[in-house]
Amino acid sequence: MLNKKYLHHVTEFAVGLLFGLGLILSGMTDPGKVIGFLDLFGSWDPSLALVMGGAILVGIFAFTMAKKRTTTFLGGVLRFPTNMDIDKKLVIGSLMFGTGWGLAGFCPGPALVSMASGQPKALVFVLAMLVGMLGFELMNRFVHAPRKAKLNAA
Amino acid sequence: MNIDWANFTPFVSLTGGIILGLASAVFILVNGRILGISGIMGGLMPPKVGDTFWRIAFLLGMFSAPTVFHAVVPAEYIHAQRIDATDMMVVVAGLLVGIGTRYASGCTSGHGVCGLSRLSPRSLVATISFMLAGFVVVYVMRHLAII
Repeated sequence: MLNKKYLHHVTEFAVGLLFGLGLILSGMTDPGKVIGFLDLFGSWDPSLALVMGGAILVGIFAFTMAKKRTTTFLGGVLRFPTNMDIDKKLVIGSLMFGTGWGLAGFCPGPALVSMASGQPKALVFVLAMLVGMLGFELMNRFVHAPRKAKLNAA
Repeated sequence: MNIDWANFTPFVSLTGGIILGLASAVFILVNGRILGISGIMGGLMPPKVGDTFWRIAFLLGMFSAPTVFHAVVPAEYIHAQRIDATDMMVVVAGLLVGIGTRYASGCTSGHGVCGLSRLSPRSLVATISFMLAGFVVVYVMRHLAII
């Protein structure tokens, strides 16, 4: 039992490292490259389409395999997302995210890796992102949840 | 549409993408988790008992990536980052990304890579939405010069 827990932490670290290396190699950690991809009507750099394509190519195999299994390779629980709703939250949240992504050229993963490499603007971005995440959590806890509870009680 | 051939890096970007896919594959098959950065980060805001250490282990791995990359890859192959955004824009962008990814329960990794690999319609809608917003914002910034 203890061994498995230890193994999980080793893979968590290793997967984080591998993912970070993939982000750097692919060019995702360069905001100029990200914006070059988002600049469809200017001088367009299609590289990031290949990043997505390469990742999904491997991902489809992995998730097809995972869906057929009942447990992980280590015998643990497979935590697939259960939320299937296509709602306002999903669309508005994604539009907000895309707006921020286009403004600065950072999404969460590359921003964290750039911050770790000592990039000051990435640090500013990550701090603002954490404030945003915490703000969302507080809103959810103290505004949305009580309102929903009230509605349910009524 | 003009292709920016000077900055186009098909080989390294495809290889990088395959590595991202492999990381996501190991994470679901070995740890049983979706590799989604905004979810992993968001779960620490604030941290919850019993649901924190795995997030930290993952993030420490990510934070080691630049050091490992610089140790392995010769300096002439490492490109400098280009960041045009001002500090103010970076702050606004960070806030939007923080709130938006939590509201939508995912970002480029969770919805864009894992979700599309799972063939999830929800993630497809999310990915189309954030890509569309990104295209529009960059169009406005670069070609309408409003911001």
